[in-house]
Amino acid sequence: MKNILIIGANSAIAKAVARACAEEHARLFLLARDSALLAQQKQDLEIRGAAAVDYAPLDVTHFSLHEAVLEQALDTLGSIDLAVICHGSLPDQARCAEHFDAALEQFNINALSTISLLTLLGNHMSARKQGCIAVVTSVAGDRGRPSNYVYGAAKGMVSQYLQGLRGRLFHHGVHVVDVRPGFVDTPMTVHLRKGPLWSSPERIAHCLLEGVRQRRHTVYAPGYWRLIMAVVRAIPDALFKRLPL
Amino acid sequence: MKLHSWGRYPITDSQPHAPRTPAAIAALLRHRDAAPASLIARGLGRSYGDSALAAEVIQTQALDHLLSFDESSGELRCAAGVSLDQLLQVFLPRGWMLPVVPGTRFVSVGGAIASDVHGKNHHVAGTFGQHVTRLSLLQASGKVVECTPEQHRDLFNATCGGMGLTGIILDATLRLQRVPGSAILQQSLRSANLEEVVAQFEEHAAATYSVAWLDCLARGSALGRALLYLGEHAQDGRYLAPRPGRLSIPFDAPAFLLNRFSMSAFNALYYQRRVDPQARQRLEADSYFFPLDGIAHWNRLYGRRGFLQYQCVIPQDAALPGIRRVLQASGAAGKGSFLSVLKKFGPGNAHWLSFPLEGYTLALDFKHEPSLLPLLDELDRIVLDHGGRLYLAKDARMSADTFRRSYPRWEALRALRLASGADRLFNSLQSQRLGL
Repeated sequence: MKNILIIGANSAIAKAVARACAEEHARLFLLARDSALLAQQKQDLEIRGAAAVDYAPLDVTHFSLHEAVLEQALDTLGSIDLAVICHGSLPDQARCAEHFDAALEQFNINALSTISLLTLLGNHMSARKQGCIAVVTSVAGDRGRPSNYVYGAAKGMVSQYLQGLRGRLFHHGVHVVDVRPGFVDTPMTVHLRKGPLWSSPERIAHCLLEGVRQRRHTVYAPGYWRLIMAVVRAIPDALFKRLPL
Repeated sequence: MKLHSWGRYPITDSQPHAPRTPAAIAALLRHRDAAPASLIARGLGRSYGDSALAAEVIQTQALDHLLSFDESSGELRCAAGVSLDQLLQVFLPRGWMLPVVPGTRFVSVGGAIASDVHGKNHHVAGTFGQHVTRLSLLQASGKVVECTPEQHRDLFNATCGGMGLTGIILDATLRLQRVPGSAILQQSLRSANLEEVVAQFEEHAAATYSVAWLDCLARGSALGRALLYLGEHAQDGRYLAPRPGRLSIPFDAPAFLLNRFSMSAFNALYYQRRVDPQARQRLEADSYFFPLDGIAHWNRLYGRRGFLQYQCVIPQDAALPGIRRVLQASGAAGKGSFLSVLKKFGPGNAHWLSFPLEGYTLALDFKHEPSLLPLLDELDRIVLDHGGRLYLAKDARMSADTFRRSYPRWEALRALRLASGADRLFNSLQSQRLGL
């Protein structure tokens, strides 16, 4: 993997992915909202061994900017071997349940922006007949739960979209990986109490990059979530709706 | 939410923040009302007791960037939330080693400075803070002060070992050291009792690394029998970054598994392991420096109620009788630990609340139970009688009186806190207990 594009680069998982790639001397292009943090990451990744690091600011909810900023990334990198999409936001479910505007904002961040970016990246890669796209979704997308079904629905939409995209791009030599982390200890989840099922962003990054390397399709991160989610999906609705989840 | 540190005692209600920038930290500190805040910086939560606990904690996990590195001198500047593990992952394969590492690599640079941590080379290298050449401190006023051992010297000496009570460390500059190989050649020496292991420490005072595991439940003429481990860097020019651990303790172990009998048996068996004093065993850096990091969440072995680590230092001239009395008292109470560690310290330093003193340090783990606290009070009296003191990074229960009698520079720290307004803002459960 030489040329790597990371979207949502200031997220904890993205940072861990970028660092692991820097240690393998990759060339990186980073996109995220806060350019001061991106400048800091550039410095950090260069010390860690990255061959080159460039970045541009991007608010993913400004869909109309996607095309121009991806072109900028392409101009800088020449070509993209791996695109990693990591951006996301953990919504306040109670607010979303009450106000559609709040839910819409979350769908824009967690689902529609990703689909816009995937459209552009998919078209570019299929034309070049090579490349890999890895998207960080969530185990929350596997089944809707009262405590965070807006987040779950958004992530689930992306997972479904990826299934279709994978089939389409397969015929063009492009691989698509859906990475579904469980609980991850990041600034986004700082207010939640941690237990045995929590993982570090570094662990998730490792699962993601292994998934890319082994050309896996759906990567539960860490792997034991595949089993947990199989059980969660198997519970009949009549029982599931009564559970305090 | 409920928050605890590595010993899992005490547990407190706390609101954590994870700011991504120094500016975001400064914003969290502004606009507070007049009452003293209960707020403290927190790195990776590897101190044992209540020094990183407060009603609000500012976690430095997102401040984890490397800022600059000079390949020729080894001078590294990094944000305070960078872990020693990260530094070893990046720099050990390139032949650079941290000058001082504690028993776990999962501590942050900010935490290592605030606790002025020491390692197996303290007798020759001193503490972590002694290798810090500059640090940026966000003070209560919102001002960021650059301190070095010369510039703002008082603030520097108060902050190294200052348990986060002078402000929030944002970044630090330290010198990494070139090593001839990352592996360690280890020599193991058995001793029949405390006198013998102390004599061995003195005889091998020039060894780069030294630490002894002690059978804390041996009695009588075998009291303090030990295995002393000496280490030198291999000269083979091979470098291996620490590997991730394979084992993890997923849930709390039932606390009854750790009792006087299981512990006696473990200690006796461990002491009997075969050692050849002539042999040099080659160990990778991770297994030599951080054997317990190979078992994730090992603190769960002590059960739901957690454990306390008791680490004291006794000055050189009183070390032998002092350590002997501590071992006798804990043995008589039937309390023991798996990991009893003895180490010779070199001279203390200029940092006001730094723990090490020239002498010997003993660390004992105890399962938390009601009958433990009176024993620890008794141990405090023995330590004070011998001119020693306790390590703040491991403490969860010492009295303000014990602290003040054993850390003579506490008043200077208190005065600096009053003068800088830190006393209104930065207070941990520990600082409140100790009257700092």
